[in-house]
Amino acid sequence: MTQRPEISLQMLSNPLFLSGARELVANVARRMGFTEEACGQMALAVDEALCNVIRHGYSKKPDQPIWLSLSAVGGLASPDSNGESPTEALKIVIEDEARQVDLETIKSRDLDEIRPGGLGVHIIREVMDEVSYEHRSPRGMRLTMIKRRTPAGGGQAQPSTAES
Amino acid sequence: MDKLQVTTEIVDGATVIAPAGDIDMTASPVFRQELRKASDAKVQRLVIDLSKVPYMDSSGLATLVEAMQSARKNKTRLVLCGLTERVRSIFAIAKLETLFTVTATREQALGS
Repeated sequence: MTQRPEISLQMLSNPLFLSGARELVANVARRMGFTEEACGQMALAVDEALCNVIRHGYSKKPDQPIWLSLSAVGGLASPDSNGESPTEALKIVIEDEARQVDLETIKSRDLDEIRPGGLGVHIIREVMDEVSYEHRSPRGMRLTMIKRRTPAGGGQAQPSTAES
Repeated sequence: MDKLQVTTEIVDGATVIAPAGDIDMTASPVFRQELRKASDAKVQRLVIDLSKVPYMDSSGLATLVEAMQSARKNKTRLVLCGLTERVRSIFAIAKLETLFTVTATREQALGS
């Protein structure tokens, strides 16, 4: 079932907006009861994903569209005094109209090789519980990332699968 | 966070570079420029004080990896200090913790 996002933001591919985007994600996640560590990890993943779109997708053109949307999986309400909340996970979707890349080429690089750059995909896959890239129609890419929340307010991965 | 400010000073014979602000895709070029000045000068000891950096992404990490590679080539002793929890966590995620010499404080870095 397609879920309407709770927050949807259109931004330009200008790096100046990165800090606003990551603070938005961290603040929303915090209000949903994610741990401070998980909020920071999600902000980092969004930052890395947006950087990849700007740098590789749009070749640093600063005036191209990017859409960022956030959805609470399981329900949306602030945690109660025990840290309980219906929110099971936060789904983050980033879409663009950039050139489409072969999905097979989107890989984490070998960390044994010490060199600058190329860490973004590794970081995204490391801190998020689910990550998927797909082609949009008729153009552009869509990245869907899910971070699950533990019932007691933690941000660690759970064995159950979040509905997407 | 405002634009990244980077100060460079000489303390006890060591060059100390102290960025203040988030180091992301926007700010990394400024940080890289300051580090390259130290690299070009082939300083003997370089301390990078990250205590006023609340956030760093992979572009910041890449800049530090470049600095480390230059330091090795120039036989410069490079020490990082004052990593905040969030910055420390990205080093851990990228499995780069062991690549750098890291101390808790600037004083320890200068004394190392």
